[in-house]
Amino acid sequence: MSAVGLAVGDGVVLAKRNLTRTLRVPDLMMSSLIMPIMSTLLFAYIFGSAIQVPGVSYTEFLLVGVFVQTVVFNSVITGSGLAEDIQKGIVDRFRSLPISPYSVLIGRTISDLANNVLSIVVMVVTGLLVGWRVDSSVGEAAAGFLLLLAFAYALSWVLAVVGLSVRAPEVVTNASFMIIMPLCFIANTYVSPEGFPSVLRVIAEWNPVSAVTQAVRELFGNTNPDFPPGAAWPLQNALLASVLWIIVMLVVFVPFATSRYRKAVAR
Amino acid sequence: MMTAAIVAREVVKKYASVTALDGFDLEVAEGTVMGLLGPNGAGKTTAVRVFATLIQPDSGQVEVAGIDVVANPRAVREVIGLSGQYAAVDELLTGYENLELIGRLHHLGKKGAKARAEELLEQFDLTEAAGRRLKEYSGGMRRRIDLAGALVRRPKVLILDEPTTGLDIRSREATWDAIGELVASGSTLLLTTQYLEEADRLAHRIAVIDHGKLIANGTADELKDQVGGHRLEVALSEAADLDHARAVLAPIGHGEPVTSHEDRRVVVPVAAAGGVLVEGVRRLDMAGIEVVDASVRRPTLDDVFLALTGHRADKAGQNGEGVKAEETKDEEPVR
Repeated sequence: MSAVGLAVGDGVVLAKRNLTRTLRVPDLMMSSLIMPIMSTLLFAYIFGSAIQVPGVSYTEFLLVGVFVQTVVFNSVITGSGLAEDIQKGIVDRFRSLPISPYSVLIGRTISDLANNVLSIVVMVVTGLLVGWRVDSSVGEAAAGFLLLLAFAYALSWVLAVVGLSVRAPEVVTNASFMIIMPLCFIANTYVSPEGFPSVLRVIAEWNPVSAVTQAVRELFGNTNPDFPPGAAWPLQNALLASVLWIIVMLVVFVPFATSRYRKAVAR
Repeated sequence: MMTAAIVAREVVKKYASVTALDGFDLEVAEGTVMGLLGPNGAGKTTAVRVFATLIQPDSGQVEVAGIDVVANPRAVREVIGLSGQYAAVDELLTGYENLELIGRLHHLGKKGAKARAEELLEQFDLTEAAGRRLKEYSGGMRRRIDLAGALVRRPKVLILDEPTTGLDIRSREATWDAIGELVASGSTLLLTTQYLEEADRLAHRIAVIDHGKLIANGTADELKDQVGGHRLEVALSEAADLDHARAVLAPIGHGEPVTSHEDRRVVVPVAAAGGVLVEGVRRLDMAGIEVVDASVRRPTLDDVFLALTGHRADKAGQNGEGVKAEETKDEEPVR
């Protein structure tokens, strides 16, 4: 078997194991199923009713933000899962077996991708119930979901680095939130960044989360004339900017996570 | 000439602040059981991690089944089985799932992994518990799954890192029986342990490691002979008399007497058995020290350990507190 085939084959076996675990830990189930439902409902009814925009649906604008926020939050599992497996010695057991050295990371990121698919399905159903609609073609909608998943996958590798650097599983979640909270909120997820103070506005405009959110809104036909995307290049060319961001994140963080992994386990 | 299953020469492994292995040498002959004995922090686990390709040595050479662990770790992983405190099982998976997962990662294929998992569950008397998650297993059952996990690929060299640490005596006996069967079937086994009794019972040869170096290597009898002589052992009724008793007994000893507070004992190395017992008790009696027990015996592995390393072996597993918690657990699995 080729090296890549082996890495992916072992990765899939390990991903299956991770998913089995997720389904058996109530806390993890909560975060990947219940949280998306709650976020969708809360944001749709609380913010959706607080911010009244005559004639247009704020819910539609808002829900893509909820989708992006949820997959970003889900990426925390990548880091904490890795840290936990290393701490408990599970990774050592795997490493004493003739598997590809990349398969632990591949397995973890694949299972988190599957986890995101689950969350998205749940959110779509909840979203449809509260009045969210896709106003574009099937192809564009599919592209939107694909973009969402691709971004989530790339982000998993970023958070893998956090998990492998911090190592104590209890600390990983907190450290991760220090990264993803600003990423989620200094962005166009819930409001237009036009009104942000200048520094925050620039950060929001160049935040990959903003580009992805804008691109998915465009693909779903959920843009709203009352919430213009802003004039910055990544928001005017959101799809291109998103794809570029995803490529950059993968190119930087796949090797980075791999070297962190080697360091973390070689003790 | 016998072939060596494990050869380590001049192995050095340093961490930021400690030198875990400091020119460590070891040779384990094929088809034999080697007990690697040493106090906590002596380098046992580091040695095991190097042999199992989990970490690379800074210098020195290690071959397992004739394969260099640094040059070809992948090939080493094909022929070893590792189990013990640092290679864990998955609590959220069932016994069957754990073994099947290992089989899949050994590339036995879906069918092969399934068949082997079932075979091992049968062999370790876990068929009934196969569908339960490990979380619900007792300590002893968990150890058996762990052991079975190391055997999935029928390894040429089996490495068990403290296989019975933390188990109560009954589970330990059961684990020993299981290991004994493996040994009978001809596997090469490297076993690290803190328990002298375990080494004495399972190992053909014993290697003692301390401060990252091999300090002794031989059969249990050879090691006992190496330490030599006999031991006069007296138990006192009052712990307060220990220092006094040591001073009283020192003149008849062949070496420094050692006292142990918890069981109020003094052990004195003596050259020959004749007359020592009476003489020792007489001296203590004259000094007004009350003796509850006295005997002269051959050195035990404990004495060997003490003589070689300067401290007593960790006996926590025999009467320590950590065991009691496990004992109750063994009777009634946590649900």
